[in-house]
Amino acid sequence: MSSPASGPIIRIRSLRKVYSTGKVEVEALRGVDLDVPAGEFLAIVGPSGSGKSTLFHIVGGLTPPTSGEVIVAGRNVSAVGESGRAELRRHSVSFVFQKFNLLPNLTARDNIRTALYISGKLPDHFDEELVNLLDLLGIAGRLDHKPSEMSGGEQQRVAIARALATRPAILLADEPTGNLDSRNSQAVLNILKDLNQRLGQTILMITHNAEAAAFGHRIMHMRDGSIVETSDGRKAPPLS
Amino acid sequence: MGEAAGIDAEPVIHELQAKFDGYPIYSMKELVSLISVDNIPLLAGFINAVVGIGVIIGFAVVSLSMYMAVLQRTREIGILKSMGATNRFVMGIIVAEALALGFGGTIFGILLSFGTRWAMLHIAPASLPQAVVPSWWPLAGAIAIGGALLGSIYPGVMAVRQDPIEALAYE
Repeated sequence: MSSPASGPIIRIRSLRKVYSTGKVEVEALRGVDLDVPAGEFLAIVGPSGSGKSTLFHIVGGLTPPTSGEVIVAGRNVSAVGESGRAELRRHSVSFVFQKFNLLPNLTARDNIRTALYISGKLPDHFDEELVNLLDLLGIAGRLDHKPSEMSGGEQQRVAIARALATRPAILLADEPTGNLDSRNSQAVLNILKDLNQRLGQTILMITHNAEAAAFGHRIMHMRDGSIVETSDGRKAPPLS
Repeated sequence: MGEAAGIDAEPVIHELQAKFDGYPIYSMKELVSLISVDNIPLLAGFINAVVGIGVIIGFAVVSLSMYMAVLQRTREIGILKSMGATNRFVMGIIVAEALALGFGGTIFGILLSFGTRWAMLHIAPASLPQAVVPSWWPLAGAIAIGGALLGSIYPGVMAVRQDPIEALAYE
């Protein structure tokens, strides 16, 4: 497994997030500090309500922090508004979700083109790098199919292709194997590991699965809105 | 007074008018020409009310359709936002869809008016005749497209205000 490059691509200091539901305030994150070097594959584990999804959403610019400093790919997420966070999502981070979240009426090709269009990078044809990625993901022959015509594993691979088509600095994978059987889970995890090794793609992955977490360089354990432990991953089997 | 074949009604009418001075005596042609929207104030008001109700209902239907379209696509809007779509981009999609609906609906409505006229002539010939009035098409189009645009504003604003996390969790 390649070592991550130096220099944090994500720098978080004293991050707090408080949700207000009527008169009740829920503190989802309680002063999180985190550095993620570029090229790292970080697995985040923890029970429901531990704050891992909230951390993800803040790093991905889907919601603002209540307080603290969050620097993602050189952008101070805590200091920008909705348009700044949308720009972060367009250019610097991409998501892969548990439920795939492909646009159901569009083919795989058009799902990828939509992401490219939104990011302002829509070419006439997919370039060589993207074609290679589609080959690596094994979906080059499935581009003209709609999500309903594909298996869960194929849909997730299309979702990964869509996420990486815009060349984001960071890939955020939220339970990417949560809706897949063991065979497809293994395939998707191998793909993520391969992308991290070959392309140096920084990946943050939320998972409940200990085997999946072992694919990361580091495994970060969260509980009650805090990081309680960080352990070494690197237990994943070598790529065949 | 009706006209029998081969008989000129004019002399008869003049004769009757002379004989019954002060009584309104018209030929059938004159009588029919008096029955128009302009000469029956209540009818004009009734027709305006019907057109007005039609416009309001049309506007409400377009608005409701757009509202439902946005509601059904909550998750898709969340997906677009997660990819970095701006509020302007999301609003643009909804307005473009409303314009397409309004324009397409206008064309469909015009074609349908020819269809109903054909049906009245060939399937139920005894019913009221239907006039196709091309000069009304621009007005009908303006009502449909304007209604669609206005009707898309509220759902459009709703869509751009949608929290992407909640939208992504929408089932």
